[in-house]
Amino acid sequence: MSNLVLAHTRFLMVEQIRVPIGLLASSLFPAISMLAFVVPFAGQDVRGATTATASLMFFGAMSAALIGLSNAVSQDRERSWNPYLRTLPAGPFPRFAGRILSTLAVMLISVIPVLVVGALFTVATITPARLLLGLGALVTGVVPFMLMGLFVGFVMASKAAMAVSQLLFFPMAILGGLLLPPQILPEFVQVVSPYVPTRGAAELIWWATAGVSPSAVSLVMLAVWTVLLAAAAVWAYRRDEGRRFS
Amino acid sequence: MTVLARAIEATRQYGDVLALDRVSLDIRAGELVGLLGPNGAGKSTLINLFAGLRRPTSGVVELFGGSPLDPAIRRGIGVTPQETGLPESFRVGEIVDFVSAHFPEPVGRAELLARFGLSDLVKRQIGGLSGGQRRRLAAALAFAGRPRLVFLDEPTTGLDVEARRALWDGIKAFHEDGGTVLLTSHYLEEIEALAQRVVVVGNGRVLVDDTVPAVRGMVGARRVSLVAEDLPELPGVLGSERADGRIDLVTTDPDRLVVELVRSRVPFSGLEIRPATLEEAFLAITSKESANV
Repeated sequence: MSNLVLAHTRFLMVEQIRVPIGLLASSLFPAISMLAFVVPFAGQDVRGATTATASLMFFGAMSAALIGLSNAVSQDRERSWNPYLRTLPAGPFPRFAGRILSTLAVMLISVIPVLVVGALFTVATITPARLLLGLGALVTGVVPFMLMGLFVGFVMASKAAMAVSQLLFFPMAILGGLLLPPQILPEFVQVVSPYVPTRGAAELIWWATAGVSPSAVSLVMLAVWTVLLAAAAVWAYRRDEGRRFS
Repeated sequence: MTVLARAIEATRQYGDVLALDRVSLDIRAGELVGLLGPNGAGKSTLINLFAGLRRPTSGVVELFGGSPLDPAIRRGIGVTPQETGLPESFRVGEIVDFVSAHFPEPVGRAELLARFGLSDLVKRQIGGLSGGQRRRLAAALAFAGRPRLVFLDEPTTGLDVEARRALWDGIKAFHEDGGTVLLTSHYLEEIEALAQRVVVVGNGRVLVDDTVPAVRGMVGARRVSLVAEDLPELPGVLGSERADGRIDLVTTDPDRLVVELVRSRVPFSGLEIRPATLEEAFLAITSKESANV
């Protein structure tokens, strides 16, 4: 069984690396934002530079998770290769596990440019222990966005999924304070911000990387979102299975 | 003989559409069965049930005595993907390896590709293959896991004559080694060339299940071929065709046709009468069926 998970993971990785547009989108945009905004404005403030680097790493990871997964899953459903895979002697698990693992791998690759820019051009600092903790927080915080990506991918046609995932992505990134620190956001945004899942994920990562004490409300909301989105993703998966393979 | 695949009163509905209507069918070890029928007759639905992609709305579908939904049971079957769906960015060898990873004793990349004349393409990306090469690769994938039973859905659509013959040889070789094949085709010539048993489906039901010669004989159609300048109206002609100076007429009553032809006093020569091909028989069966509805 684990061999099959490996085979599917490798297969999906190759697919993403050979058509690297998603990988580029989720790594280049945050890296450029680092150079354009963080380096000139927060490059000399240690804590500000560190949390900004962490925020933009999460921005890239979230793009890989939400936009990447929703596109991949919705496109898969439209390809005749997908029903062929169902005739092979494997249940849906290896493909699903492969999808998640390859998304995680692409996500971890796509955060590297931001990390490099942060290390070379800002005063952001981090201990190896905090970096590991930060990556752990990143993976935890990205779970609800993977679930959201699965939900959108299972419910929508690929063209709609592409548009909807982008529409969800940018407002959530802004409301959660990933592009600008929450303290300088407009007041009405500050009211909403603690309740969006991006904020909870960001708080978790800021805590892990820079020791900023997190807001309890945001963390609870992150957990609530994760549970809700898990239920939505499971519902969407079953609905899709019922339509195509029952 | 062992029954490898069996449908008992299998019915499949898609919403209001009845795709299969109480179909019962046994596929025994070592058989090469041709599944024949117009588009929408239920051929693909039947294969989807056997391959575990769909469940019957009612009735039973079995594979090797178990359920096609059980992955372990599916180790014994091979299915062709649609060649248009093969992932473009992969190399031929990578696809073969990926599919092979699902089976306990795969044929192996080199041997499989050699068998289907694809050895030179092992490093080529699928996006760069011709339609015919993709078709052959798709067919080859069905054999990757040393299956006992292979489902080939229109394996040679879009192949040139030479490639088609090569693929037929591959299917025949598999069959001669004891493999079992269920084949659908639009090329009736293909079913005639390969199959021993023909199952004709129409409107979701099995209309005929018999040997190739029996199906041909059942319809009783004959092909009357002759050389003539011009022919008058003749009775009982199902279809006619003019090629290389000869006129071919398909009829259910060749005797009467010849009598009328002689009576008309039109000069002719080279008269031949032979049983109609399966294609002609098939057209006759399905048109009879729709006339009854």
